Amino acid sequence: MKKFSYTVKDEVGIHARPAGLLVKEAKKYSSKVTIHKEGKSADAGKLMAVMALGVKCGQTVDVEIEGEDEDAAFDALKEFFESNL
Amino acid sequence: MLQFSGKSVYKGIVLGPVTVFGKQDDPIRRRKITDAGAEIERVQAANERAKEQLQKLYDKALKEVGESHAAIFEVHQMMLDDDDYLDSIHNMIQTELVNAEYAVAVTGDNFSKMFAEMDDDYFKARSADVKDISNRLVRILEGKEESSLSSEEPSIIVADDLSPSETVQMDKEKILAFVTVHGSTNSHTAILARMMNIPALIGVPLNLEEIHDGMTAVVDGFEGQVIFDPDEALCDKVRGRMEEEREKLKLLENLKGKENVTLDGKKINIYANIGSVGDIGYVLENDAGGIGLFRSEFLYLGRDNFPTEEEQFLAYKQVAQMMAGKKVIIRTLDIGADKQVDYFHLGAEDNPAMGYRAIRICLKQPDIFKTQLRALLRAASYGNIAIMYPMITSTWEVERIYEIVKEVQQELDNLQVPYKLPEQGIMIETPAAVMVSDELAQMVDFFSIGTNDLTQYTLAIDRQNEKLDDFYNPHHKAILRMIQMVVDSAHKYGKWAGICGELGADPELTEEFVRMGVDELSVAPSMILKLRKIIRELDTSKNEI
Repeated sequence: MKKFSYTVKDEVGIHARPAGLLVKEAKKYSSKVTIHKEGKSADAGKLMAVMALGVKCGQTVDVEIEGEDEDAAFDALKEFFESNL
Repeated sequence: MLQFSGKSVYKGIVLGPVTVFGKQDDPIRRRKITDAGAEIERVQAANERAKEQLQKLYDKALKEVGESHAAIFEVHQMMLDDDDYLDSIHNMIQTELVNAEYAVAVTGDNFSKMFAEMDDDYFKARSADVKDISNRLVRILEGKEESSLSSEEPSIIVADDLSPSETVQMDKEKILAFVTVHGSTNSHTAILARMMNIPALIGVPLNLEEIHDGMTAVVDGFEGQVIFDPDEALCDKVRGRMEEEREKLKLLENLKGKENVTLDGKKINIYANIGSVGDIGYVLENDAGGIGLFRSEFLYLGRDNFPTEEEQFLAYKQVAQMMAGKKVIIRTLDIGADKQVDYFHLGAEDNPAMGYRAIRICLKQPDIFKTQLRALLRAASYGNIAIMYPMITSTWEVERIYEIVKEVQQELDNLQVPYKLPEQGIMIETPAAVMVSDELAQMVDFFSIGTNDLTQYTLAIDRQNEKLDDFYNPHHKAILRMIQMVVDSAHKYGKWAGICGELGADPELTEEFVRMGVDELSVAPSMILKLRKIIRELDTSKNEI
């Protein structure tokens, strides 16, 4: 399992559109990607669940990746967060 | 007769049938089914159909109103693919043996409640999106297709409020007027109405329950009134007025190709304000002398990242070429305040109108500014482009701009890229710029007065605040004196001064502006011929007004 933390810089947080792009990105990999925020968690492959986390600007999320292609998924998602959120 | 008043955003008058937009449909009935597999297949088919519809809406919105308004339809498509949402619908059908419509409606309700209960306003508002996709699925399942505005005769749209996603779905040929209970004069509906030249009233305190499809109504944009169930006498009168308006428009057509000159020989330029390349059709159709304000923000709005130099260059070049040698004044980036763009990461401000916006962003983040300047200088080789800088308050800002422009020229020289240094002017929209306009006039090629911001800053009134309507007087002497001062400063140093704010299109002030010596008025395309008519009937050698 691989894991990274990220503090969201986007002004409205993980809002609908980037959440949609995130889901697309996560679904490219077979690994299970889970986003944790303050005790809540969501499967990154599920748009409404990710949005329901209500991640706002300045909040930190932990992203957990587990599966066969976790290394590739880790790099791709880290890059995704840094450039989109 | 039922009569209401509201704020008018376009002066026109119309009589026609009413279409109430967004009325609740019949409640969805729960039915027992036997074949769960078949019911789930129905959901899947409806889901595919819904995504097709959304793709069409996305394409239409992209073309008509730009990507920022279109993005929502992409999100809706993604929501329709959400596993949790679909699982919930399928589970209900399988375990409770209920019809697809009911399962979708209940699931939609649950998910929208989940968002409605969140504490953040942005996420709260997403509950409407979930409802929207669920309603779409239910409509398809029930065999009802897109909104009811598709095939009927042209009508007056009455609604609580209209979102961009709703107006984009409407067939523009079938709209006679807009009447909304909510919304502001800067709302999407208002802008659309002005562009389409149709009457629109907003903030009309009517009870939608009392209004029905097919009722007849009169919308009078001159008086700011809507009258439902008008009597025959009024209908006759309105038909007469509509005929008069049509005649007036026809007469205005005759003014195409004529000069904007008063009876005593004073000339004034009338240019057009535009927001995107797509508006050029309106500019040419109304015989504008040029473009007095090309809001370059549209290139930046509704996307995920900065437009490249090449993208900007092509847009500016296209406008310059289409205007074939007529002047095209392009205002550099005016982001901030009420125009927010995610990827600028501007952050929340307590007082955005007085905050980090327009030229201030460009001077603090010169990389953004330089990309635009490079594109502008390159495009200037292809036509009569002028650059205009917004939100200037001090002379040092202009000095700093020129330094940056120099750097850009140097860069282009080094790369041996062809370019031209166009005329450069500034917007006068702060009282500070008015007071030092004599100094600024020595530094720039022209002034264009942005009366919307100038009025807001001078009168200390936020125009979005309805409580202040009684205090808001756009004809305030302070504003008119400032305009005179700016014109005089410009003329003293052989420069020209125009007006590109809303006040420039106010027919009640046209004579005064001509007398003041204003050189140019830049207005919505639909106002050009109307102002031309006023000017051609003026004689400023005769007694003062």
